[in-house]
Amino acid sequence: MFQTRIHGRGGQGVVTAAEMLSVAAFLEGRSAQAFPSFGSERMGAPVIAFCRIDDKEIRLREPVLDPDAVIIQDPTLLHQVELFKGLPSTGYILINSARGLDELGLKEFVHRFRPNRVRAIAATELAMKHVGRPVPNVPLLAGFAAITREVKLESVVAAIREKFPPAIAEKNVAAAEEAFAVAGGKLEASHA
Amino acid sequence: MEMQPIKFYQTATFTVGNRLLGEHERSVQANMRRTNSLNSGHRACQGCGEALGARYAIDAAMRASDSQLAAVNATGCLEVFSTPYPETSWQIPWIHSLFGNAAAVASGVAAAMRVKGQEDVRVIAQGGDGGTTDIGFGCLSGMFERNDDVLYICYDNEAYMNTGVQRSSATPPAARTATTAAVGTAPGNVFGTGKNVPLIAMAHCIPYVATASVANLRDLEFKVTKAMPIRGSRYIHIHVPCPLGWGSAPADTIKVARLAVESGLFPLFEAEHGEFVNSTKIRRKVPVDEYLSLQKRFAHLFAKPVDSTRIALIQAIADHNVKRFELLG
Amino acid sequence: MLKQTEGSHAVAEAIARCRPEVICAYPITPQTHIVEGLGEMVKTNELANCEFINVESEFAAMSVAIGASAAGARTYTATASQGLLFMAEAVYNAAGLGLPIVMTIGNRAIGAPINIWNDHSDSMSMRDAGWIQLYAETNQEALDLHIQAFRLAEELSCPVMVCVDGFILTHAYDRVDVPEQEQVDAYLPPFVPRQALDPAQPVSIGAMVGPEAFMEVRYLAHHKQLRALGLIPQLSDEFKRHFGRSSGGLLRTYRTEDADTIVVALGSVNGTIQEVVDEMRAEGSRIGSVSICSFRPFPLDAAREALGRAKRVVVIEKSLAVGLGGHLSDGVRKSLSGIVLNGYTVIAGLGGRPITRNSLHQLFRDAEQDELEQVTFLDLNADLVAYELAREAQARTTGPTAEAILRRVGTVASQIA
Repeated sequence: MFQTRIHGRGGQGVVTAAEMLSVAAFLEGRSAQAFPSFGSERMGAPVIAFCRIDDKEIRLREPVLDPDAVIIQDPTLLHQVELFKGLPSTGYILINSARGLDELGLKEFVHRFRPNRVRAIAATELAMKHVGRPVPNVPLLAGFAAITREVKLESVVAAIREKFPPAIAEKNVAAAEEAFAVAGGKLEASHA
Repeated sequence: MEMQPIKFYQTATFTVGNRLLGEHERSVQANMRRTNSLNSGHRACQGCGEALGARYAIDAAMRASDSQLAAVNATGCLEVFSTPYPETSWQIPWIHSLFGNAAAVASGVAAAMRVKGQEDVRVIAQGGDGGTTDIGFGCLSGMFERNDDVLYICYDNEAYMNTGVQRSSATPPAARTATTAAVGTAPGNVFGTGKNVPLIAMAHCIPYVATASVANLRDLEFKVTKAMPIRGSRYIHIHVPCPLGWGSAPADTIKVARLAVESGLFPLFEAEHGEFVNSTKIRRKVPVDEYLSLQKRFAHLFAKPVDSTRIALIQAIADHNVKRFELLG
Repeated sequence: MLKQTEGSHAVAEAIARCRPEVICAYPITPQTHIVEGLGEMVKTNELANCEFINVESEFAAMSVAIGASAAGARTYTATASQGLLFMAEAVYNAAGLGLPIVMTIGNRAIGAPINIWNDHSDSMSMRDAGWIQLYAETNQEALDLHIQAFRLAEELSCPVMVCVDGFILTHAYDRVDVPEQEQVDAYLPPFVPRQALDPAQPVSIGAMVGPEAFMEVRYLAHHKQLRALGLIPQLSDEFKRHFGRSSGGLLRTYRTEDADTIVVALGSVNGTIQEVVDEMRAEGSRIGSVSICSFRPFPLDAAREALGRAKRVVVIEKSLAVGLGGHLSDGVRKSLSGIVLNGYTVIAGLGGRPITRNSLHQLFRDAEQDELEQVTFLDLNADLVAYELAREAQARTTGPTAEAILRRVGTVASQIA
């Protein structure tokens, strides 16, 4: 089972991100469970969403306490919320930031993680460029696909097309494709 | 031979001999084919205004709907005396659910009839003043707001009679009830309280609102008959004296009801979509004393010394009604 | 058809397939998505021949449902928590009148203090109203149970409450199989009411019943629930034949055959419990679990059969019988009447407090050693409790308890669980 925890603020599409990730896994024939931490949400308040992916039925119903991957949609949370709680040194970290990990003050911290499993992506900028809205969830999902290979980019793209109306979906697909490349993702040799 | 037109003022059941009226003007009750929806054998008190009003109203509704009618009844006198276990005096489909939900249950029945393609089956919700103006008020407003296709009939005897004559928001000022005792410096119900549900119904802009009285049963039948074919929410508020609760003689029920109308205390009027349409003019205005003095619930006003201050306040209410509803020619 | 969708949405689709004729509901978290979904389906005519009524309160919702059902329409509503209490009078009324209304409860805690998160206090408050109560373990079961519920309700002339854990199930995206219309039609025939408001055959419904017959009327309601004990498994079996999967029934056992310790619970927490059972089995423990689906009628015989040979039973309760313990425990103890074993009540998950694998693991280990109190509050913050008790002992006017405690809890937003 692969467990992902997504941190962000209300209005950044954190919950949608978890849902789309679960849809992407579903489209690959796998079991997936996505749910938010149910705080009293309002725009700007810290929000957490979770996604579990497995090949067999997922029975567990608790927040993701020991994630395999953490996606941080808003770096201002970095010193406010225990974002990395439970993440092992083999875990993946994806941060939405145009600044490097050094500038974010994470240089020391990320030493214990594998370098190819930690990435900062300018997701908000990519979203603004392709979609015109500062919602970083889709580029981050593509980045997730790239570094974890837990889902394929084409599944993420299909999930995007399911979620959004055609015009907006294609813009998001463009953002996803660029984010995937930026994150060093490699497309599978055979894809439909 | 000279012909002189004669106007019949009183065309109720016992006067003028209905035979003198055209078929269409006769009371439903004069018809051998009346449905007797509220059949005899119910346990209402002698002289019960509500039993009288309900019988006239429902039979008129049955005629107007070609006997395609279902009734929803709130808890209260009518529900209790009409269905004493194991009997029922209702000859129509009838349901009693709770005290405060007659309007909502009726909305549900109407929705079911619609979805089943049986819109010709019309729905009436009925309740006393307690079940309508107080505990049933939320559901009533909801029904009005949605313009659900229900005719709501309120039988107003101005207190919670079935449970022992407690005060409701329809209880008039100065009236003695079990919870507004005729003692102390302000005996009876407090002045400046109460709500006018017909006016509130008008504020919802529903297709039809009317007040009626058992003093004028023809007018009551006429208003029910007028309301029935209309689709959407309709509200008829009927003044029904309760001899037991009002302390009036059972034989005086219709007389007391007439005095309420003729003093101006209970105006008869109609409204459509929130606009006042017409009122029934008072033929011979009487001072409120004539009405009040027949009821023991107001006896403390007449105990020596006579409480002329309060009686004057009540008179002022009546006079205000006369002006507001244009009750005098 | 397989879908990855929000639990609420799956439930809405299942209900739509049941061809409801009148839907009336008042919004309350966490049921809103179900009713919104249905409302939209009615407006687009995807769900045809259905009246959708926006009522002004939960009391109105159940009342409208009563009227519609009494007039012969298949009727549905949904609520939770405060809303269920607000319609309480009508809930009892519907059962007493024998109306086959189906209602979803998006299980949520009851205030004060106000709390929007999951626990079972709401449905527990109505456990004796005369409704059948079924608890869904997963979102698949949640949607399946609604289909079975209409069938059950209409065959018995008894209303049915389907309880679905708020947020945990209602707001979770899961993979579910949403049945096709033909499949549901084959399982659920059109509604033939036992009684209906019909001018062609007038009846009076809801009249007063006095001392002469009230005992008998109530006995018949009791008898109806006992009949449900036989009908529920039957309909579940039939469901399996039609849809190809097990869903519903009275209860389900998990690795209980040789278990010394058996854990009993209602609803979604059973998934987490089964994970812990597997972990502990791998460590050599003889432990199993029972997921009860039909809470009313309570399956006394089936529970006795499932639990009677264990050494100890641990009941996980997501509701509190204040001053006493739990609600599920009552039924469990009764089912074990005459059998001597250790029974433990664990109050857990109140107001949405997560029930974690780790906590359960520790709890079950303590249970195996019989080192549990009769009633335990799982993961209770003892410091917080001690602080508040000390504070209250000091002065008379100490202000509201909840607020005082919250001040000590700190910033919730920075915590994960």
